[in-house]
Amino acid sequence: MNKLPEKHFINSSRGIKSWLLTMDHKRIAILYMIMVMSAFYVAGIFALIVRLELAKPGALFFKDTVIEKQVDKSGAQKGSGAAGSTVAADEAGTGPEPAGAEGAGGDETGVAVPAAAEQTAPDNQYKPIDPGMSGDDKARMAKSQVFYNKMFTLHGVIMVFLFIIPSVPAILGNFLLPLMIGARDVAFPRLNLASWYLYLIGAAFSVFAILHGTVDTGWTFYAPYSTQTGGNATVIMITMGVFILGFSSIFTGLNFAVTIHKMRAPGIGWFDMPLFVWGIYATALVQILATPVIGITMVLLVLERWLGIGIFDPALGGDPVLFQHFFWFYSHPAVYIMILPGFAIINELVTVHSRRHIFGYKAIAFSSVAIAMLGFMVWGHHMFVSGQSEFSSMVFSFITVFIGIPSGIKIFNWVATLYKGSIAWTTPMLYAASFLILFTIGGLTGVHLGALGTNVHLHDTYFVVAHFHYVMVGGTVIAFLGGLHHWWPKIFGRMYNELWAKIACGLVFFGFNMTFFTQFYLGSQGMPRRYHDYSGMLKTNLFESLHGFSSWGAMVLGLGLLIIAIYLIHAAFKGEPAGDNPWGGLSLEWATTSPPPTENFLVDPEYTHGPYDYDRVLPEDMSSETAGLRKV
Amino acid sequence: MSQAIDDHGPRQHPALAHHFNDMEQQHESLKMGLWLFLVTELLLFGGLFGVYVFFRVWHPEMFAGASKMLNTWLGTLNAFVLIASSVTVALAVRCIRLDQPKKTVWYLLATIAFAGVFMIVKYFEYTHKFHAGLFPGENFNNLDFALGKVEGVVAPIQNPHVFFSIYFGMTGLHSLHVLGGMFFLTWAAWRTSKGAYSSEYYSPVELGGLYWHFVDLIWIYLFPLLYLI
Repeated sequence: MNKLPEKHFINSSRGIKSWLLTMDHKRIAILYMIMVMSAFYVAGIFALIVRLELAKPGALFFKDTVIEKQVDKSGAQKGSGAAGSTVAADEAGTGPEPAGAEGAGGDETGVAVPAAAEQTAPDNQYKPIDPGMSGDDKARMAKSQVFYNKMFTLHGVIMVFLFIIPSVPAILGNFLLPLMIGARDVAFPRLNLASWYLYLIGAAFSVFAILHGTVDTGWTFYAPYSTQTGGNATVIMITMGVFILGFSSIFTGLNFAVTIHKMRAPGIGWFDMPLFVWGIYATALVQILATPVIGITMVLLVLERWLGIGIFDPALGGDPVLFQHFFWFYSHPAVYIMILPGFAIINELVTVHSRRHIFGYKAIAFSSVAIAMLGFMVWGHHMFVSGQSEFSSMVFSFITVFIGIPSGIKIFNWVATLYKGSIAWTTPMLYAASFLILFTIGGLTGVHLGALGTNVHLHDTYFVVAHFHYVMVGGTVIAFLGGLHHWWPKIFGRMYNELWAKIACGLVFFGFNMTFFTQFYLGSQGMPRRYHDYSGMLKTNLFESLHGFSSWGAMVLGLGLLIIAIYLIHAAFKGEPAGDNPWGGLSLEWATTSPPPTENFLVDPEYTHGPYDYDRVLPEDMSSETAGLRKV
Repeated sequence: MSQAIDDHGPRQHPALAHHFNDMEQQHESLKMGLWLFLVTELLLFGGLFGVYVFFRVWHPEMFAGASKMLNTWLGTLNAFVLIASSVTVALAVRCIRLDQPKKTVWYLLATIAFAGVFMIVKYFEYTHKFHAGLFPGENFNNLDFALGKVEGVVAPIQNPHVFFSIYFGMTGLHSLHVLGGMFFLTWAAWRTSKGAYSSEYYSPVELGGLYWHFVDLIWIYLFPLLYLI
């Protein structure tokens, strides 16, 4: 029977103050875990509301209410008309028209004001309400569509900025990075805690905006819609929130980069680190190099809203496409802030649970850095229909395809690693296998969207929605869940219930595919994104059955995630003690106790074998008494 | 258990944090951290430099005309003031490495004084602009351009307020950084006067110096871009 160590980082000191003022990277990881996972489940509820609305044609929430939507007066005077353009339902099924010359477009879409169907129309004909923003101070919108716009905005903003960007680096990275390189802590522990408080402040700003009411800009905040909609306070608050969260992310990245450069234990060279560390390193580089740009963009947006500085607003001599360029200059690399840590986790899962040396260590390490760098040169592929020049679209399309190469290298290397391995179908391995399937689908559909011709057809349809959910959920979230299951016994020293874990993993896998695979078909048939209602379209019947199936899938996915929350929390407090090294891993974090002591290692770790040397080292030789190994 | 901590040996410096092995590792880490921070600062300003470049290419006549309203002499004065402050902060770092804390304090105070002069000049520039109605964006209410009364500008120029948005945005963000630098250097001077730093441990002074050079350098680019060309 395994026993927990008598003293470890969780029980080393007590009281709320010892947690809120801690400098220990492991405790900070737990603080992050509590906040970030709460954000995940809250944003998940918003997603379920979105899916409920779409389960049937016609409005579900507030269906008979038409409200007068307040539009900022100065904004309405400035109004370029782009934001207010009515997006006609696409009867021919060829994808929606780009709405307006400037305001809309973009892979993550323009802020089209979605059309609403008049519920009272007896013939069920599609009659969009005229948003009527030109000249008028108020816009008539169905309450249901305003509500829907808010729901998908909150889902997007919270998932992106409060969950997925900090998820892997701030939780698992914080916990594991110093352990994996044999350090006592990250380079700047105080800055690490400060990042968490910045995260809290940024989250508080966002929550204020949510409670206050009207953020319906989409997570992309495209100008000039974002300079007009809602009240000044809410949009300014949520953009300031994003600004502050950006600095939290920058400081985490900076901290990790310095830690990896300067804090490796004696004997650990760059190519002796676990590949998880390489992934986190590539992520840190993107966080440092991309995030300041979203910072200044958000500041300019706030100034535009507040003082009308005329940088983005066409009525004042500005250029809204410039906002899109600025936004995507950050937000495309940010996609790699989200997915690179997912890659990082998969390296550890496929090796430990198949007892195989990683195939092509350097190729994987450098492909992470290559993806990080290439990621800065492709932002224009979100803007193929924004009115940017055809030549730049061609160049962006061309470079985009190149990202497929390092991503492909990784997938093939992981598959080659598994080949002839003794695969144990533990829960983490199930997640790793799910990742390989789902990310490959997500990646290949990315090639469809990166190609200029098909993109124009699929632009702003559910195909895009399905693609990025396959990458973000099928990639990052699945890898993150796998990582949580892999390191949960290390973090808390206790094991979860394997049977429930496998059931939940199955529910997540099938629920996810039900939800999003249908959406590829929906999109290719012309279902536009960000519409709260699809009645009266030419293919309403087809859309209804597909949307209905997708919504059922979302329920299954939600159930799976709920089960995970229950048994993981239970395991953290009451699970069976797991032992120091339940999976037989060879990287340094397994050479200390579970949970680790506050000092990380009882004896100074010594590097004697590589993290993937399963061909020559037995994990039994690793223990917290020796921390590392005698050479074999 | 505490073998890791014992490694520091009996003569460890009190400023050495527990998770570093020696002073050199700590100093190098702090320096690398600050350089990375400067990279992020550069990218933060980079967004504004980007805005500057795009709008200048799109509306060269607007820049040529509106920049005539800036006072080149005050800009030049500020450039010299900041260059002088860079010299004094470099001397401060040199002195602390030579174990001369008293001189270090004086040089740091001189740097802060120069920064103060810069901010005062900036204050007069800003108030003058506000009196003339040269506000950024919507609040702009100066008719000189529309009436063709600006010397050297032939035709009425379009959207001069965008130039002032860019001017106030860039110099405003820069001034905030000058203020931040002043606070940090004041703290460093106070700590130096308390005898916290010596040739063995002077990281904060050096980091402050590095940051200050960066703030200078930004102005070295802002000055010609806004005032001269």
